[in-house]
Amino acid sequence: MIAYHLPILQIVVPLIAAPLSAFCRRAGMAWYLALIICAASFAISVALLVRVLDEGHISYLLGNWAAPWGIEYRIDAVNAFVLLIISGMGTMVLPYARVSIADEIEPHNQALFYTCYLLCFAGLLGMVITGDAFNAFVFMEISSLATYVLVALGAKRDRRALSAAFTYLVMGTIGATFFVIGIGLVYMVTGTLNMADLAARLQGLEQNRTALVAFAFIVTGIGLKLALFPMHLWLPNAYAFAPSAVTVFIAATATKAAVYLMLRFLFTVFGTDYNVLGLTLTYMFTPLALAAMFAASTVAIFQFEIKRMLAYSSVAQLGYTVLGISFASVTGLTATMIHLFNHALMKGALFMAVGAIVLRHGAATIDSVRGLGRTMPWTMAAFVAGGLSLIGVPLTVGFISKWYLVAASLESGRWPIAVLIVLSSLIGVIYIWRVIEAAYLEKPPEGRTAREAPLSMLIPTWGLVGANIYFGIDAELTSRVAGAAARLLLWVAP
Amino acid sequence: MIDTTINFALLLFLAATAFSILRRTTLFSVVMLSGVFSFVSALLLVHLDAVDVAFTEAAVGAGISTVLMLSTLALTARHEAPASRSRALPLIVVFLTGLALIYGTLDMPHFGDPSAPVHTHVAPRYITATATEIGIPNIVTAVLASYRGFDTLGETTVIFTAGIGVLLLLAGTIREPTGLRITAMDHHLVLRVVTKVLIGPILLFALYVQFHGDYGPGGGFQAGVIFAAAFIIYALVFGLEAARRAVPGRAVRWILAAGVLMYGGVGVVSFFFGKNYLDYSALGATATAGQHLGILLVEFGVGMTVSAVMVSTYYAFAGQNRPIGDEEW
Repeated sequence: MIAYHLPILQIVVPLIAAPLSAFCRRAGMAWYLALIICAASFAISVALLVRVLDEGHISYLLGNWAAPWGIEYRIDAVNAFVLLIISGMGTMVLPYARVSIADEIEPHNQALFYTCYLLCFAGLLGMVITGDAFNAFVFMEISSLATYVLVALGAKRDRRALSAAFTYLVMGTIGATFFVIGIGLVYMVTGTLNMADLAARLQGLEQNRTALVAFAFIVTGIGLKLALFPMHLWLPNAYAFAPSAVTVFIAATATKAAVYLMLRFLFTVFGTDYNVLGLTLTYMFTPLALAAMFAASTVAIFQFEIKRMLAYSSVAQLGYTVLGISFASVTGLTATMIHLFNHALMKGALFMAVGAIVLRHGAATIDSVRGLGRTMPWTMAAFVAGGLSLIGVPLTVGFISKWYLVAASLESGRWPIAVLIVLSSLIGVIYIWRVIEAAYLEKPPEGRTAREAPLSMLIPTWGLVGANIYFGIDAELTSRVAGAAARLLLWVAP
Repeated sequence: MIDTTINFALLLFLAATAFSILRRTTLFSVVMLSGVFSFVSALLLVHLDAVDVAFTEAAVGAGISTVLMLSTLALTARHEAPASRSRALPLIVVFLTGLALIYGTLDMPHFGDPSAPVHTHVAPRYITATATEIGIPNIVTAVLASYRGFDTLGETTVIFTAGIGVLLLLAGTIREPTGLRITAMDHHLVLRVVTKVLIGPILLFALYVQFHGDYGPGGGFQAGVIFAAAFIIYALVFGLEAARRAVPGRAVRWILAAGVLMYGGVGVVSFFFGKNYLDYSALGATATAGQHLGILLVEFGVGMTVSAVMVSTYYAFAGQNRPIGDEEW
C-alpha cells in the first residue's frame, strides 16, 4: 500500500510536517522533526527513482479524479532524478544547519526557521513531481515565498539581506506572473492544464499566435526563476546575504527545479516539433548561455566576498546548463541533466566550506581567509576540492559535466563552442586561485585565534566532497539516469 | 449590447484607475485607488458571472489589503520618493510586453464563444457530473475543493507560508503589551458603538459564507477574510491590546497551523480507507456523502488558516505602530 502511495507521500510528508513543526517551541525539536522528514523524503525519492528506471513512468491521481479533470502526478526518469537531487541536498544541509543557524539567526526565530525550510523543501519537490501545469505554479509559489523569507533571515548578520530578499521577491514574482500568464494563454487555446494533455492538444497549433505568446511568456517567466543571463540580477545578493545554510540549500536546489520546469515545457509540452523552439534555442539560449559563462565568471574574479563570488560562478554554471539545453540533442540534454546533479554537489561543498568560515570569522572575504590553510585545514581542503570540481579537473564531477558538454558541441559540429567551454573554465581557475592563494600562501593576521569548524559542519561538507570525487570517478550511474532522462525529453526510444 | 457596454465601461474605469495610480505620488491616495481598482475588478467579475472570484476580490483586494497597506503607510512614509534611475529601459520592456500580449489576442477564441476549447474540453464534465459525482449545486466549489482540491491545499499552504514569513520577519519585533493604555479612539463614541453593533453580524455572515459555500458563492477563503475583518475592526477601534486579550497571538499561531493540518489530514484519512490522497468518497457511507463532508472539512481548514494569517499579519503590522493620534484621523 505504501509503495502505491509513494508519489504523493513524497510531497505530503514534508507538507504536513511543516505546520506540525510550527507547534514546536524549541529549535531543537523543530530541527529533529525536519531532519527525520527530509531523510524520509530522500528515501522515498530513491525508491521512486529505482521504480521508474525499472518500470517506466508512474502516474498517481490526486483525489482519484482522472486526468485532465483532476491533478495527476507523473514521474519519469527526468523528474525522479531532480527529486533525488532536491531531497538529497535538503537532507545533507540539515545536520550542517544546526550550528550554523543557531549562530546566524535570531534565537526566537530558530524554531519557525525549520517550518519555513520544510515549506521551501516541499514546494520545490511539488513543482517537480507534478504533471499539471497549474499545480506546478502553486508549488512554485510555496517554494518562492519560503525562499524569500529564508533569504531575509540573513538580516541578523547583515541588514542588506532584507533588500536582497525584496529584490528577489519582486523579480521572482514577475517571473511567476509571466509563467502563470503563459499557462492561462495555453489553457485558453487548449482547454487543459495537464502537461501530457497539453502536449497532445498543442499539436496542430504551431501557427496559433496566442500559443506563441504563451510560449514566450512561459520561457521568460521560468528564465527569470532560473537566473538565465541577463535576468540573473537578483541572484548574487540573495545568495550572498542569506544565512549560510540557506545559501547551500537554495544554490543546490532552487534553480535546479526551475531548469527542470524549463526542460519540461520546452520539450515535453511544446515539443521538439514546435516551430519556434529551434529558433529560441539557437538564437536566444546559445548566446545567452555563452554570455553567462564569460560575463558572470569575469565578474566573479573581481568579488571580494567569497559567497558573492560563488554566486556569480553559479550564474556562469547555469550558463553551462542552458548551453546543454540549446543543443537539443541527447548528449546535450544528458550534459544538462548530469550537470544539475554535479553542480548541486560542487556548489553544495563550496558553500558549506564558506559557511564554516562565516561561523568562525563572521564573514568570508578574500581578506578573512588569509592563512586559513593552517588554522582551518579541513575546511580549506574541502574548499580546494570543491573548487577543483568547479573548474572541471579530471576525477571530479565537474570534469564529467564538461566532458558531456564538449562532446555535445562537437557532435553538433559547433567546435568553437567547445573551445569556449574550455576557455571559460580557465576563468574559474582565476577566481578559485585567489581564495587558495590567500588561504595557503599568506600569513594569518596578528592575534587571530581561529579554530577548525565543528564536526557537525565538517562531516556533511566532506560527505559532499566525497560525492564530488566518487561520481567523478564512477559516472556510470549518473550518466545512465541522465541519459535516460534526456531520451525521454526528446521522445527518443531508449 | 447592454452587456458589452457595461463591460466596456468597467474596463475603461479600470484603465483610468490604473493610470491614476501610476501618476500619483501621495501613497495614501494610491492605496485608496488600489482599493477602488479591486472593487471595480470585483464588479467586472460579477458581471462575468464569476461571483465566487468577485467575492474574494472584494473581500481581499478591496478590504483586507487596503487595511494592511494603510498599516504599512503608518510605519513608513506617505509620499513616494522620486525615482532615482532612468525609466526609459523599464518603459520599453513594459511596452514590448504589452505589445506581445496584444499580439496574443489575435488568435484567442472570441469572447463568450461556446465552441472555445475551455468550454468544450474539461468543463462539460464539471458541469454535467458535479451533481452526481459530488452532489453539491455550486460547481465552482466542486472544482476548487474536490476535482482540483490539491491545488487548493497548495494555495492554503501558500497563505500559511506568507503567515509564517510575517511571523518570522515582523512579529519578533512586536512590542510587548504595555498593560492598560488609553487607545486613541477611546472618545470616538460613534465609532465604538457602531463597531460593537457591526461585529456580531459580520461574524455571523462569515459563518454563513463558510458553511454555505457548496450551495452559493463563498467558501473558506472569503469567510476567513470576513471573519478576520471583524477582529481587525475591533483592533482598530478598541486598540491592539484589547484585541490581543480576546484572541492572543499564540492562539492565532495555533489556528494558522491547524487549518493546513486539517486540510492535509483529511487527505491522509483517505489513505486508511485504501483510497488515493484527497479522495473524499472514503469519508461517508456513499460517495457523494463523503464528498460533501470532505469539502466541508477542507473548506473549514482553509477558513481557519486564512483568518489566522490575516489577523496575525495585522497584529504584526499594528504591533510596530505608535498609537495613531487624533489629529491624524
